[in-house]
Amino acid sequence: MQVEVPMTDTVSNNTPSHSADPADPRRVRVKGSRTFALAGVLLPLVLAILWEGAIRGGFAVGRLMPPPSTIGATLWELAKSGELQLHCLATLGRVLAGFALGALFGTMVGAAAGSLVVVSRLIDPTLQALRAVPSIAWVPLFILWMGIFETSKVVLIAVGVFFPVYLGVAGAIESIDRKLIEVGQVFRLNRWAMVRRVMLPAVLPAWIISLRSGLGLGFMFVVAAEFMGASEGLGFLLVDGQQMGKPAQILAAIITFAVLGKLADGVLVMISRPLLLWQDTSRGPL
Amino acid sequence: MLRLSSLSKTYADGTEALRDITLQVPKGEILALVGGSGCGKTTLLRLIAGLDIASAGAITVNGETIKGPHPSIGIVFQEPRLLPWLTVAGNVGFGLAGQSPQESQKRVLYALEKVGLAGFDNRWPRELSGGQQQRVAIARAFVTAPKVLLLDEPFSALDAFTRASLHDHLLLLWSETKPTVVMVTHDVEEAITLADRVVVMRPRPGRMMETISVTLDRPRDRLALGFDKAKRRILHALDRSLQPEKTAPPQKGADNASHWW
Repeated sequence: MQVEVPMTDTVSNNTPSHSADPADPRRVRVKGSRTFALAGVLLPLVLAILWEGAIRGGFAVGRLMPPPSTIGATLWELAKSGELQLHCLATLGRVLAGFALGALFGTMVGAAAGSLVVVSRLIDPTLQALRAVPSIAWVPLFILWMGIFETSKVVLIAVGVFFPVYLGVAGAIESIDRKLIEVGQVFRLNRWAMVRRVMLPAVLPAWIISLRSGLGLGFMFVVAAEFMGASEGLGFLLVDGQQMGKPAQILAAIITFAVLGKLADGVLVMISRPLLLWQDTSRGPL
Repeated sequence: MLRLSSLSKTYADGTEALRDITLQVPKGEILALVGGSGCGKTTLLRLIAGLDIASAGAITVNGETIKGPHPSIGIVFQEPRLLPWLTVAGNVGFGLAGQSPQESQKRVLYALEKVGLAGFDNRWPRELSGGQQQRVAIARAFVTAPKVLLLDEPFSALDAFTRASLHDHLLLLWSETKPTVVMVTHDVEEAITLADRVVVMRPRPGRMMETISVTLDRPRDRLALGFDKAKRRILHALDRSLQPEKTAPPQKGADNASHWW
């Protein structure tokens, strides 16, 4: 128990452990974030060059799997005629509308289920069962109910977005640290102040992650939605490419999906980043 | 004056955590609770903090009965329990919501200076060491100027040097407003360094066994003769508290202790 280390106590006194941290405001935490920023581009680039080379060199025919140059040309054609923009806007509009609807309901129902055990017991089993239904399975029913136009599509996407957001929010509220709630109690926060000052910030990271996976699912479901008969949208481009035997157009649509999805996720991350600076994670905020 | 009268706590599962705790802590006194695990020290603090409800008995501060968290009672937990989404200044000022921003800012910066963290107000909790975080927690408790301050083994997770420096910071803050302090510790030396009185508790169910006054002058020297004497008395009492009870009717609580010796 005694702290008696006569031979070394001068050394120890010179370096007390608690003040070892020099005044060094706003240290950059994520060291390697810039260094490997472009590493992700490498793999698709190498694959594309190899495929292009294989076709140019006569090792492959490329009729069903056209080379990057052909896909690029198709994309360019589509963009020049204004078709690409039209399809992108149609798809993005549906995703955004469905995402907004699904995120709103997912957050509200998730908050109710997470904070009230009764609600959770009542609705969670049903919702878990519905969650297991594949997205395509809803398509015939939604068409019967809401017709083949926008409503059924947006609702289908909203269903896809709803579940991850619901699960994320309910789980986050259930796992709020009781110890932090007690800090709020000690300072006598009322119910609303407790929600605003302790519970909301505590669930924020999990909520944003659930929104991100919801948005991802929104892009999955929009294809299913557009397969059910659309005259515009990237999903229409896919179906059209299949029916007309234009693999380059299919691949162009797939690439556009990938780019749009990544961009949408990037926007969401950018918006949420300033809110999550405080996070103590190994790689910085999200 | 903090007054506990016949305080008992039995949990819903029938576990008797505390039995018949009667204690008066005068204004400005530092009281330490020591005892083996399961003797209800932490339960007692949670009752005073209003985080748990006593099964029987009453707690009063200056005559006012405590039924839940109270503005004149502050607590520092075993862990810092800082809110990670608030800066250091935000955490220290968490309980100052009713104040004007200027007043609150002034008090926060003053408290941070007193715990040796001047200039850290814009840092995030994750950027601080464990000892620094616990100092923020101490500042957060002191900044509302509580009449009673509860400390639940707040230094137990820290190394010996950090602990000694935190003792100094704590005594410095305490000497300004002289709140009544009730602290739980398992470190006998810490109890003697800080406390005016040390209560040794006996486990299962938690009861008070012996109270030892420490009348040494502050600041206290760990190597002084009186320090060692006090330490020996407390260690003896602790040994006895952990021995099985031999007397046939053990239900009389603290009164029995005097008969054995």
